[in-house]
Amino acid sequence: MNRYQISEDDKVYAAEFKRNLDAGCFYHSPGLQRVLNVMRGGRKAGKYVLVIREPFKRWGLARMSEERAGPVEILHEYEFTDLRQAEWTVFRLRWREQTGKELDL
Amino acid sequence: MTQILGYADRISVAPGEIIQFMVSCDQLNNYDVTLVRVIQGDINPVGPGYQEERIPIDLGGPFQGRFQPIHAGSYALIDDSPVCRKLSSFGMVAAVWPTTPGRGPQTIMARRDPKTGAGFELYLDETSALCLALSSDTQATVKVSTDKPLIEKHWYAVAGTYDAQTGEISVMQQPLRRYPKVDDVGGASSSAPAQLSQANVAAPLTLAARPSRDRPAERYLNGRIDSPRLFSRSIDANEIINLLDVDTAQPDLVAAWDFSIGISTDRIIDVSSHQLHGHLINLPTRGVTGRRWCDEEYNWIRHPDHYGAIHFHDDDVYDAGWNVDFSFTIPSSLHSGIYAARLHAGEEEYYVPFCVRPPRGRATEAVAFLLPTASYMAYGNNRIGIDVSETELVCGRLIQLSRLDLFMNAHPELGLCFYDLHSDGSGVYYSSRLRPIIDMQPKFIGHLGGVGSNVWQFNADTHILGWLDKLQQPFDVITDEDLNQEGVSLIQGYQVVITGSHPEYYSAAMLDALHAFTEGGGRLMYLGGNGFYWRIAFHPELPGVIECRKSEDGIRAFAPGPGEFYASFTGEYTGLWRRNGRAPNTLVGVGMVSQGFDISSPYVRTEASRDARAGFIFQGVEDEIIGDFGLSGGGAVGIEVDAANHEWGTPPHALVLASSRVHTDVYLMVPEDMLDPVPGLGGTEAESIRGDMVFFETSNGGAVFSASSIAWAGSLSHEDYNNNVAKITTNVLRRFLDQTPF
Repeated sequence: MNRYQISEDDKVYAAEFKRNLDAGCFYHSPGLQRVLNVMRGGRKAGKYVLVIREPFKRWGLARMSEERAGPVEILHEYEFTDLRQAEWTVFRLRWREQTGKELDL
Repeated sequence: MTQILGYADRISVAPGEIIQFMVSCDQLNNYDVTLVRVIQGDINPVGPGYQEERIPIDLGGPFQGRFQPIHAGSYALIDDSPVCRKLSSFGMVAAVWPTTPGRGPQTIMARRDPKTGAGFELYLDETSALCLALSSDTQATVKVSTDKPLIEKHWYAVAGTYDAQTGEISVMQQPLRRYPKVDDVGGASSSAPAQLSQANVAAPLTLAARPSRDRPAERYLNGRIDSPRLFSRSIDANEIINLLDVDTAQPDLVAAWDFSIGISTDRIIDVSSHQLHGHLINLPTRGVTGRRWCDEEYNWIRHPDHYGAIHFHDDDVYDAGWNVDFSFTIPSSLHSGIYAARLHAGEEEYYVPFCVRPPRGRATEAVAFLLPTASYMAYGNNRIGIDVSETELVCGRLIQLSRLDLFMNAHPELGLCFYDLHSDGSGVYYSSRLRPIIDMQPKFIGHLGGVGSNVWQFNADTHILGWLDKLQQPFDVITDEDLNQEGVSLIQGYQVVITGSHPEYYSAAMLDALHAFTEGGGRLMYLGGNGFYWRIAFHPELPGVIECRKSEDGIRAFAPGPGEFYASFTGEYTGLWRRNGRAPNTLVGVGMVSQGFDISSPYVRTEASRDARAGFIFQGVEDEIIGDFGLSGGGAVGIEVDAANHEWGTPPHALVLASSRVHTDVYLMVPEDMLDPVPGLGGTEAESIRGDMVFFETSNGGAVFSASSIAWAGSLSHEDYNNNVAKITTNVLRRFLDQTPF
């Protein structure tokens, strides 16, 4: 488990992530990588995953269960036609869960 | 969800031989079958396009669909016998090491008719206390429990007994190691009718599960059993530990199974005079440390009595055991290649791929594509995207689940692979292909294949097939299983052998064969990454199953326990080939250095690429940057990458023709290189994290070319195969086909 606590001080990295997404860049600063490590790591329970609705075209959003073979909760309100859009949406959801605040970017 | 599943009895079949297919349909009355040749399985719309060729051979059908379940869970089965039917008083003793105590009732030993409930069963109950249940066909079941939970992963001597004279039934549990302030010694008795007989109980003896009314077995044990014994008398608490080591000549001994005998088999041996031998269902793990194990010896072959345990799991699967739905004989007119039975009904489809090898004993083309079927098995039904939270970290992007992933998630009975853990947290040592392998299909989208197509193993290898098809290059296809069985004789008739994109798992026989091939003048094109990494063992008797224990080191989902580094199938010390003294570098000049599953990088040419010896490779290639494009991460160097290292056996004359210069920090140094962890081990900092394209000559005019990257294959099709990766690969193939010695 990651001990780092994401805070408002990390907003600069949220902005960097958005820029990187737009640029298709996977090289992140150490600060952003640390934020992503928190968001992408952790327990499986509640983990966001994409569900392929149409290969390479449309994706839904879902959350995993902790236990093996547990149900995958489909979040029907989401549908993406662009993976960058999906990454940014999940980043914002996780930001809210980690900090308790909306990401105003 | 998936309504059709299937598998074949063979992965490689020659003309004139029969291949059988087993199919299960869920709520489908009928299905059709089409034979196809797999040409290019990637369905990415920016790729070269999915391509299969329909083969006009009638496989029959339409077929009636039927549901065939998979009954996961391992246990031992001993056929019913007269000596068991004569039992009145009896006593059972065993050493037990439970791994999921409290997760429902779990049988240790039973002789019970599932239809009537008559018989006896020694088991751990819902609280993990030891229980004995006894009944006859006319009497209600009587139970007795110690009411003392066994502690997880501790050895206990356990016993259950019935005195027919008095009607007393008793259970006893004694830890083999005691701790102060831990109260886990238990015993209890109760009254049952006297003179109960086993004569009318029609049931086999079972260990680690009990027969079930509507499936083969139930109440599977997670954990180890050592030294189970059955006596025709009642026993008492004072003797149970001694009875684990009972003299086999004792007259009231009915059976004494010694699991240290026949460790490489699926049979269990009764060393008593009754010889109530049994067999194991679904390959529980053998060659594991038992109650006697200590650090005197680490190899079960040299001290088998320390390995008298079998580890049973409720999710073991060896052979799904489905009935055959159709079969066909490979006609001599069918050229060697990769084919699949496409099962389909409406929108539903499922592919069962297999290899048609050339006629036995001869090569029909100059080129052989060596289909890495051992590695396909090693990753069979890989749950890394659905069970492992950290996968998103190493992929650097959100995990995508297809409908097939969702199906696998819901159906763990499909069985596990070397990247999974058993439900009790123990590592998976065995993986088989005698079950539907969902992720070994064309069109399958994986998790680790990088940004882009995200294909892996079988489907990633179709990028190479597509390139060969585009070249109109004739080739034979052979498999790892063929190579393991036949050795170098299988390949010595070929001018060139081409590997898949990730031939990671190799047996000693396979490695010997490739070494003999290259040293004998053969030409090897290693078009992948992280090849020849893990040492595996094929089962000496059973088809379609391999073992790998990832001892000591390497990138792995788990570490085998102390004393468990030797394969039960063969006694070989498994783990990294590098730790076995045969690093991949000795065969292909490079060895695994890093992995990351986000994006890939290009190669940058080195001065060595101007060496005259390498002139043929770069003929017509003026670019300094090679492969800054591709379907597997957008570059030719990535996913898993290898580098030259003379300390590990890269030949001194090997030319490092190109190297990658940077990778993201998702790429980290492999554990075996990380002797003393220090900062700076990621892809943006560590110079050792790179791919090296390598060429070198071998004895007798042979040669090796190593692309050293899983992503290489994903770059071949760029711009309709008009690119520098395809050009280099084609140059190598053309020269390798030229018989002029190097």
